[in-house]
Formats: sequence, structure tokens, C-alpha cells
Amino acid sequence: MALALLLGASATPPGAVAEAGLRPYVVEGDAIPAPLTGTPGDAGRGRAVVADRQRGLCLLCHAGPLPEERFQGTLAPDLAGAGARWSEGQLRLRLVDGRRLNPDTIMPSYYRVDGLTRVGPGWRGKPVLTAEEIEDVVAFLATLRD
Amino acid sequence: MRGPERFLRRFGAGVAAAALGLSFVGADEARRTERRSGFDDMSRETQAMQRDDTANPGMLWVQEGEALWNRKEGTAARACAECHGDAAASMRGVAARHPAFDPATEQPIGLEGRINRCRQVHQGADAFAWESQDLLAVTVFVAHQSRGMPVAAEDPRLAPFRENGRRLFGERLGQLDLSCAQCHDDNAGKRLAGSVVPQGHPTGYPLYRLEWQGLGSLQRRLRNCMAGVRSEPHAYGSAALVELELFLMSRAGGMALEAPAVRP
Ligand code: HEC
Ligand code: HEC
Repeated sequence: MALALLLGASATPPGAVAEAGLRPYVVEGDAIPAPLTGTPGDAGRGRAVVADRQRGLCLLCHAGPLPEERFQGTLAPDLAGAGARWSEGQLRLRLVDGRRLNPDTIMPSYYRVDGLTRVGPGWRGKPVLTAEEIEDVVAFLATLRD
Repeated sequence: MRGPERFLRRFGAGVAAAALGLSFVGADEARRTERRSGFDDMSRETQAMQRDDTANPGMLWVQEGEALWNRKEGTAARACAECHGDAAASMRGVAARHPAFDPATEQPIGLEGRINRCRQVHQGADAFAWESQDLLAVTVFVAHQSRGMPVAAEDPRLAPFRENGRRLFGERLGQLDLSCAQCHDDNAGKRLAGSVVPQGHPTGYPLYRLEWQGLGSLQRRLRNCMAGVRSEPHAYGSAALVELELFLMSRAGGMALEAPAVRP
């Protein structure tokens, strides 16, 4: 943490994240270099999260190389090649809290519970994805190299 | 690329504007000239279903509403028709100017609210429940009398309520933290999974949705969008929903009413 601060990185506000039971993480530049969990993500499970319209919701907005999935969105860039364009750390920040990079983006912050308005009772206090699911999705996106 | 620039480019209007030496007009302005009803984004089959009264399922509710219009109700044993006469004349244009200013409360009142007020005050009957088949039927029967008429909801007394509706339209909501404007102003015309994101004009309500397999009110639609972003929908009849309706109507000012519309 101290090193990250020295390098000009910003740490997450400790209060909000710790209170909600989210794992703390450190942002360096436009990335979160360290995984949120101790165990590495699983690309197969990540693919399932991305395809799942109740959990990942990704294909509501994005198209991606999941040929069996019909009705993919056109609101966002194609996920094909995401693993070639971005490092795992960069992908992680874009999932966890992309609004840090672009406050106006429609891409939801998947691992954030503060600063929200009128969250439905079933979703209150929970991030869209768990830390494990974020790592699984990062592992899957990293395999999308062309 | 955001705002008016992208908007005009999408409609090929950028070149013409540049040739005329015009600076880009505000986003609101551009939208006003290029507004599309949800109708314009539907398949030919669904458009044909809306256009043909014998195929439009919403017309069943219009017929039901006409029967209710003529039925004596409540302790007063009086029908709507006994006070208002022929709906084709007396109800023409009414839906085009609702939500309207209600002098009794100095608040906006929507069409459903007005119908229920008449039931309670003039018929001595209970209010119909929100989204009940009876309320939808009377509402769509009244709205149908304004078919083809331009939306004209600009009462200046409602300005502060309309402004609040505009604010709600721009407010990010729910676990997904999205505002109405982010979809319906910034991303209209693109696809959210299989659905074209419409500009969100309220010109067809109550309308028949194939997805609902039934008729539904504008407030039902707004509550669906609110649930979609995982927020707690405002209650039926709440001030927030009426103010959103009011803002949407002024945003659609001049567009033609379509009730009962059909939507996917
Ligand atoms: C409501 C719309 C929406 C949803 C849902 C959504 N995204 Fe996004 N996403 C966007 C938009 C728009 C961008 C473009 C970046 C921006 O707006 O700042 C983006 C950017 C990205 C990027 C960077 C893309 C690039 O190549 O530049 C990645 C990776 C990504 N999203 C992955 C995902 C994944 C994985 C999910 C689901 C777990 C997801 N997104 C869900 C809208 C969405
Ligand atoms: C994530 C995107 C998204 C957000 C946010 C959103 N909507 Fe929608 N809205 C849609 C889509 C998609 C449809 C069309 C549904 C369909 O055709 O199945 C729609 C339909 C509508 C319609 C019906 C238009 C018609 O032609 O009948 C209205 C009105 C509307 N929305 C208003 C709102 C309001 C008000 C809000 C905010 C409270 C909102 N929407 C938030 C995506 C969104």
C-alpha cells in the first residue's frame, strides 16, 4: 500500500469498501494489478458468468465471441480481443469500477456498493458480482486474444 | 462521440447543418426534430398489428372500456356518459393534455387518477385498483378518443413538477447505476440484447405489449425500466411517476398519440 501511494496510485477509500465487506484493493494507474482473491480465476466459469443474463449481464450491452448466444447488445465495444488490448489488471479495474476511468460510462461498476440511489431491496449492499466471479471473468477475458 | 454531434451524424444531418453554416444546436433541440415513436423501430408485422383495428388486441380493452363508460356505477348510480355524453366529442384531446393541473390539489393528475377521482366524487364508487383490467379499459377507451392528436401538455402551472420529472429522468438509479437519459437520450436506436432502445416517448399508452401478453399503463412501463436497473420502483400513482409522465409528455410535445399502441 505504501509503495502504491509512493508511486502515485490511489487506494480505495477504506471506509466504504471495508464496511460493505468488499475485499480491499489498490488501484495503480488505470489498473488493479493484484487479484481480489487468493485463488486464481477460472476462465470456464468466467465465460458462464459473461453469458448469464441474470448474473454478468454483459451481453445485454456487449457483443462477444460466444457464438451460441443470440441477441447480443450493440451499446458497448465488442469483447473480442479484450485480452489483447488490456492487461489482467486493466481488465480488473474496468470490471470493478470503470467509472473511475470514465465517470459518464454506462458500464456498471461490478464491485462497488457505495454512492448508489434507490437500490432494490434484493440487491442492497451487494456488489453485482462477487470477488470470485470478478476473477473468473478476468481470467475469461484474458483468453480473448483476437 | 456524444451528444448532438453523434446524434446528428446518425441521422445524416451533420452535413446539411455544416453546409448552412449552422452551429450545432443543443441535444434537446436536435432530438425534438428527429424524434421517433417506438412504433418506428418495430417490425413490419407488429406495425401492421397496431394499424389494423381488427388485429390490434388493445381494441378489446377499448370495447370493454366503452361498456364501462355507459354503465351506472356507485351509490350515485350514474354512468360516465350521463355527465360527459358522447366520448368521441367530450374526451377528444383529453389524453393529449394529461397529466393535467388539478386545481383542487394544485398538483398534476394523470388520466388514471382523474378517472378514479370521478368514480369517487361523482359516482360514489371505489377507485379502481392500479393496473386492474377495469381501470386499463376505461383509460384506453378515453385515450383512444385522442388518437392521432398531437401531445399538448405544456400547462405553465406544472413547470416545477415537469422540472422535477426532468431531474428524475437524469438521475442514476439502482445497483446498475443507470439513468433513463443514458439509455433513452444517449443510446436510443442501439440494441440492449435483442431490443432496440426506443427514445422512450409515451405516445401509445395504455398499450398492448407482446411480452406482457396484455395491456399495460405507462407507469407499469416505467416501473419495469426501474426494476431493470435493479432499483426499487416508485409506487403506482406516486408523485415521482406522475412527474416523470409529465416530463415525458412535454419531451414528446407535438407527437401523435397512438393508443392503444402495440409494442414488442
Ligand atoms: C449497461 C451496459 C454494459 C454492461 C451491462 C457491461 N458493459 Fe462493459 N462496457 C460498456 C461500455 C459502454 C464500455 C465502453 C467504455 C466506456 O464507456 O468507458 C464498456 C467497456 C468494457 C471493457 C473495455 C472494452 C474495450 O475493449 O475497450 C470491457 C473489457 C468490458 N466492458 C467488459 C464487460 C463485462 C465482462 C461485462 C459483464 C460482466 C460488461 N462489460 C457489462 C457497457 C457495458
Ligand atoms: C438499460 C437501459 C434502460 C434504462 C436505464 C431505462 N430504459 Fe426505458 N426502455 C429500455 C428498453 C430496451 C425499452 C424497450 C423495451 C422493449 O421494447 O422490450 C424501454 C422502454 C421505455 C418506454 C416505452 C417506449 C414505447 O415506445 O412504448 C418508456 C416510456 C421508457 N422506457 C422510459 C424510461 C424511464 C422513464 C426510465 C428511467 C426511470 C427508463 N426508461 C430507463 C431501456 C432502458
